[in-house]
Amino acid sequence: MEMRGNLLDVSNLNVVFYTYRGVIQALNGVEFWMNKGERLGVVGETGCGKSVTSRSVMRLIEDPGKILSGNIYFEGKDLMKLRESEMRKLRGNEISMIFQEPNSSLNPVMNVGFQIAEVLGKKNKSMIKKQYPAAAEMLDFVGMDSDRVMGMFPHELSGGMAQRVMIAMGLAPKPKLLIADEPTSALDVTIQAQILELLDGLVSELGNAVMMVSHDMGVIAEFCDKVLVMYAGNSAEYASTEKLFSNPMHPYTKGLLKAVPRIGRTDELQAIKGTVPDLVDPPPGCRFHKRCQHTMDICKKERPPFVEVEDEHHVACHLFAEKGGEK
Amino acid sequence: MAKKTAKAGWLELMKPYFEDMKHTLYLWRRNPLAIIGTVIIATFVFVAIFAPLLTPYNPNAQELEIKLQAPSWEHPFGTDQFGRDILARILYGSRIAMQIIIIVTLISGLLGVSVGIIAGYFGGALDDILMRVTDMFLAFPRLVLAMAFAAMLGPNLANMIIAISLVNWTPYARIARAEALREKGKPYVESIKSMGASNFRILFSHILPMSISPVLVQITLRMGTIIITAASLGFLGLGAQPPSPEWGVMVSDGRTFLIDQWWISTFPGIAIALIVLGFNLLGDGIRDMLDPRLRR
Repeated sequence: MEMRGNLLDVSNLNVVFYTYRGVIQALNGVEFWMNKGERLGVVGETGCGKSVTSRSVMRLIEDPGKILSGNIYFEGKDLMKLRESEMRKLRGNEISMIFQEPNSSLNPVMNVGFQIAEVLGKKNKSMIKKQYPAAAEMLDFVGMDSDRVMGMFPHELSGGMAQRVMIAMGLAPKPKLLIADEPTSALDVTIQAQILELLDGLVSELGNAVMMVSHDMGVIAEFCDKVLVMYAGNSAEYASTEKLFSNPMHPYTKGLLKAVPRIGRTDELQAIKGTVPDLVDPPPGCRFHKRCQHTMDICKKERPPFVEVEDEHHVACHLFAEKGGEK
Repeated sequence: MAKKTAKAGWLELMKPYFEDMKHTLYLWRRNPLAIIGTVIIATFVFVAIFAPLLTPYNPNAQELEIKLQAPSWEHPFGTDQFGRDILARILYGSRIAMQIIIIVTLISGLLGVSVGIIAGYFGGALDDILMRVTDMFLAFPRLVLAMAFAAMLGPNLANMIIAISLVNWTPYARIARAEALREKGKPYVESIKSMGASNFRILFSHILPMSISPVLVQITLRMGTIIITAASLGFLGLGAQPPSPEWGVMVSDGRTFLIDQWWISTFPGIAIALIVLGFNLLGDGIRDMLDPRLRR
């Protein structure tokens, strides 16, 4: 299969969670792709499958969840076909991840130095002890005083510091793809800006690709080259940041952008009516049709195809399915 | 940059541990019961190590001319029906008690913790199987089960140790499982998993240290119980065999003389009671010291 992006190509990804209430169809045909060194933002409401998508790429979906079908190609390798042991080699080596709550994502009984050294030890197949200097270097790299921080425990770190440590851990193996799952949402706004700036600088220096999961449109606009808008486990719209913000096509994307507060904005802030549908029993056809202002008959019956409407601008909506771009 | 950190090195990295130890010591000093427990156990350990230096008598040497003598300056705890010095036997008996405690704790601790964290971490069918086995062991009164094992294996010291270990690991397994279950859901486990850590690494270098401290407390608390179980088995003739100076055996030896020569059974009984008390006080103390809510 030809890859649409030269780093990562995810197509038709279906992930379900088995619960007592029924089968939650968390992801239903998600599509996106990335090139080397590219920064992809994944946005959407809570529960739309952003985090599940990011974990699926690493195949970290655990019981009761399951990746039902789909293709994930990473640098030409089909990740779905790799054995668990091969996948483990990939994790923390070519793909690494940073998480939402930095403080609880670090082991509370081990000092920071050890935890970074452990990642490096795995990557370089060496004793953890020998990796301390390299770990210290990583801490310096993320702008911390390594002498002081190396021996500190996670509870001694502020949220911002802990996130810097997480970034050091994530970037330590020099991965080709860094997945950042809402790296700034647990931090206050000033620290958030600092961390984003830091990440921006480091990633520019290392040249790795980033998949940034966020529900903050501002973060995405500032940081990413491309944006994937997700809704209820579907890829709704996928475009370069510029095109998405200047010419949003999917009614859901439009709704999201209208719901962003901005200083000097005079029109009233509009929330999208209704809530994300229950994914145990998702609505037929387009999953957004119950909340959409432009619902047509076809929306209730058929799932919209994910088509390229203009160059590098893909939308899954019946409004654009046939004619492309015209409304 | 890397250079200076390498030089600052280990001492610097270990500093928090030293600080932590200092704090633990401070908490210990403020807990009189823990001090008493520590003193009792320290004495016990001391006695077990230096038993031959503390008494001139051989614990097994029979001298029928001086049998059944009441406590005196020469024989502070008296002598038994074979003329053996009771004090010497108690002192040497502490070695047996110590041996039992250490081996039983090691075997049952290792078994219990491994079963527990494996069950808790992997979950699913493995968890069910391991925990149902644990339940089977828990379903019987501990002493009865230990007696059954000891009788089945044949009554001697080694078999008694195995028997006690077999009935003693269950609470450790349950506690370790509960801890592992709680720990495995925490974000940091997912985080190291995303860094490519293997199940083995996660289990032993992350889950294990997090699950171990409540188990350690339980282990110290149960050391007293181990002694009681061992003494009971000895008393019933299912453990160490006479002439071994095991305390339970000694109590059993003296019970026919209890009315007229009370000292034969009483002094080993007191020794058992004291050690159990010591371990319980120490265990409580350690629990308080390790409880993060009482720290800082």
